[in-house]
Amino acid sequence: MSYDVPPVEGEVEAEANEGTAGEFPLWEVFVRADRGLNHVHAGSLHAPDAETAARNARDVYTRRQEGVSVWVVPSSAIYASDPDDREAWFDSEKPYRHPTFYELPDEVGHM
Amino acid sequence: MSETTTNNQAVDESTDPDLQAEFDARLAADQKVEPRDWMPEKYRKTMIRQIAQHAHSEIIGQQPEGNWITRAPTLKRKAILMAKVQDEAGHGLYLYSAAETLGVSRDELMDMLHTGRQKYSSIFNYPTLSWADMGAVGWLVDGAAITNQVMLTRTSYGPYARAMIRICKEESFHQRQGYEIMLTLCNGTEAQKAMAQDALDRWWWPSLAMFGPPDAESTHTAQSVAWKIKRETNDELRQKFVDMTVPQAEILGLTIPDPDLEWDAEAGHYRFGEIDWDDFWQVVKGNGPCNRERIAHKTKAWDDGAWVRQAAVQHTRRASQASPSENLVLSPSDAGAA
Ligand SMILES: [Fe+2]
Ligand SMILES: [Fe+2]
Repeated sequence: MSYDVPPVEGEVEAEANEGTAGEFPLWEVFVRADRGLNHVHAGSLHAPDAETAARNARDVYTRRQEGVSVWVVPSSAIYASDPDDREAWFDSEKPYRHPTFYELPDEVGHM
Repeated sequence: MSETTTNNQAVDESTDPDLQAEFDARLAADQKVEPRDWMPEKYRKTMIRQIAQHAHSEIIGQQPEGNWITRAPTLKRKAILMAKVQDEAGHGLYLYSAAETLGVSRDELMDMLHTGRQKYSSIFNYPTLSWADMGAVGWLVDGAAITNQVMLTRTSYGPYARAMIRICKEESFHQRQGYEIMLTLCNGTEAQKAMAQDALDRWWWPSLAMFGPPDAESTHTAQSVAWKIKRETNDELRQKFVDMTVPQAEILGLTIPDPDLEWDAEAGHYRFGEIDWDDFWQVVKGNGPCNRERIAHKTKAWDDGAWVRQAAVQHTRRASQASPSENLVLSPSDAGAA
């Protein structure tokens, strides 16, 4: 448990809520680990503006040379696919798209 | 780690049997639960509570060690300690982000910490009295944390598991630097070795208690194990920690302050004495040596920083009015390079 403190008096459950008006917006952080690689999602953080978000992303997500470049994107700008559509979107099997679908004689060798 | 909670957050109070079955099947197949999946409200609440407590622990955990930064014996030790404390701040931030994917706001979490409505690990309510405590805390407290966190890399909630993987990569430096402090003191003068022994004497039992009440008395462990939030029980983790740590104490030439400690060759485990649970519960309930001080310090830092946060928001507002496109720093060709 370590961080899982047993229930005691005075503790209450957190309710889902939107946060206060003064709360900094949320940014998604993408880090490029090295030249030649994609920027990959590393996490998120709150910051008042893009420049501060990028600076803070450097401190929060690249303390050990994990990156050579960071992007920050307002979380509100990301539109995500609906998990309920997953089957319709992603699960259709089309084995003929894969090379292993085709059986060729051994003499052909590697192809 | 927010994983985009931004559209259609799946907050669903109903217990649709199909959804419940899908959730159960996902856990049974050892698949992760992701933020926008349907989950039972009780699972969501349990997860929020645990991740928030974990985040608060990382943040409050900066204080006992921050206490020694200005008094570190050498520049090298000072730089190391600053890096460690900064890591703990980072750990807190990864975890707050993970908690936010479940629909709570950062401000709310801060407020709950400041007003005592959410707790943090009791271990951070003990004082750090000497430099040797920096050794004992890294070795024992981070050691206990690692034992717990390695298990949590396999926890069922995706964002929490990913935060744990990142954290675990950073933790082993924490433990090793602590152990190295102990080693240096133990190879030093008699007085230095006595300092190390004193730190071990004070931190040993709280570190064991850190794993939580025994399984027999731990009311919510069974549910957490069923939901694969926890993969091992408090007692199992505690035993693992003891088995790992006793030989390390022997290498240091220090004595673990437990007359009942002995090797059980048949079981392949160390047997240890009874933990003082009264002391543990006193600290959990708010009566530890530093509970009030820790929260007072945290609240003061938050309040003192309020004007900076307000100024930052104002600055952003004015800057975006002056030149609305200033933040678009990527040219289309840059973005295409992704
Ligand atoms: Fe940590
Ligand atoms: Fe740590």
